[in-house]
Amino acid sequence: MGELTTPSTQIIEPGEGAGFATTRFEDILAWAQKYSLFMYPFVTACCGMEFMAVSSPRYDFSRFGSEAPRFSPRQSDLLWVVGTITQRQAPILRRIYEQMAEPKWVLAFGTCASCGGFYDNYACVAGIDKIIPCDVYVPGCPPRPEAVLDGLLLLQDKIQRGDRRPATVKPRLDPVTDPNLGLVQLRRSRPSRPPV
Amino acid sequence: MSKALLELLKKQFPADVLDTHSQHGDETALVYAQRWREIAQFLRDDPRADMDMLVDLTAVDYPDREPRFEVVAHFLSLGKGHRLRLKARVGDAEGDGAEIDTICDLWASANWAERECFDMFGVVFRGHPDLRRILLYPEFEGHPLRRDYPAERIQPLVPYREVPNIDKLAPFTRDEGMAFGRQTHDRQRDDEDLN
Repeated sequence: MGELTTPSTQIIEPGEGAGFATTRFEDILAWAQKYSLFMYPFVTACCGMEFMAVSSPRYDFSRFGSEAPRFSPRQSDLLWVVGTITQRQAPILRRIYEQMAEPKWVLAFGTCASCGGFYDNYACVAGIDKIIPCDVYVPGCPPRPEAVLDGLLLLQDKIQRGDRRPATVKPRLDPVTDPNLGLVQLRRSRPSRPPV
Repeated sequence: MSKALLELLKKQFPADVLDTHSQHGDETALVYAQRWREIAQFLRDDPRADMDMLVDLTAVDYPDREPRFEVVAHFLSLGKGHRLRLKARVGDAEGDGAEIDTICDLWASANWAERECFDMFGVVFRGHPDLRRILLYPEFEGHPLRRDYPAERIQPLVPYREVPNIDKLAPFTRDEGMAFGRQTHDRQRDDEDLN
């Protein structure tokens, strides 16, 4: 973990001894930022259980340098919005976001935070991007821990490339294009009963 | 189960019990809204009824009926193990004048239930000590569970960001996000897709 392998990096004197490498300042700054994402978990709903699963030892996203939770927005870089945001909570979320210091990133965890999901009603905000800009969307109700890790790695990749355009985590296996997935197999008829 | 309870109620309040039924084993009495509190108090204090627990209190909106709202309370007797559902009709066709007496001094659990009922339906409980909205914010206008509240009406507390196409921001394409939501049913856009 943590190798600096951008195109601008050149290792001048490799080997056992004390070598050195050249790179660009933006690259090494982004490299430091992407592996030290202090996170602010804004957990409001059931996706929080999945967030706990990702942060606990089995999936363990502290492997990727986003270990330290900071429950003060002033000390955090990455805002995890985990769960449904109601209209009543929207001012709180907006204020938390505004209190974070630059550079800051936002990850929408789950369908509710991404687009409101089925909470298309008087009480809920249909996606946090209505209120605050969002960098990575992780769809799923709730998303699997693997999808969350994909989202985190996607964000790190975006930080390294300096890309601030929003992105979404795509499914690793698409049931439409992959005929060998279980969804299609379910439609097959059962083997007929052997004759008596 | 507790049909005897309905008989007792009819005997005690012959003019005020409008209707009773026992569908699916749930004893229900429809009573005059003006006598709501007296009947509830009788159910609590009479040893034959002994309703010591208010399970739930809410309302139902029937927009075609007059009176329009039906306030529903579910009672349970922990000692005798029987239940009763009590209903009363309030409010005119516009939803005005939906008032009924509070029972939150008889059962403390009615306090928040009546506040929720006021929040969602606008039924006013006379004599309630603290009749404020409980779930929604004070700036909210109207009562969202009334049938005439527009389904797509939202009342944001913070203004939405001023960016183009706020309903469906990138990276979501027009087919992604809120796939079964109300926002996708744009007739003009659907026609474009067909062509």
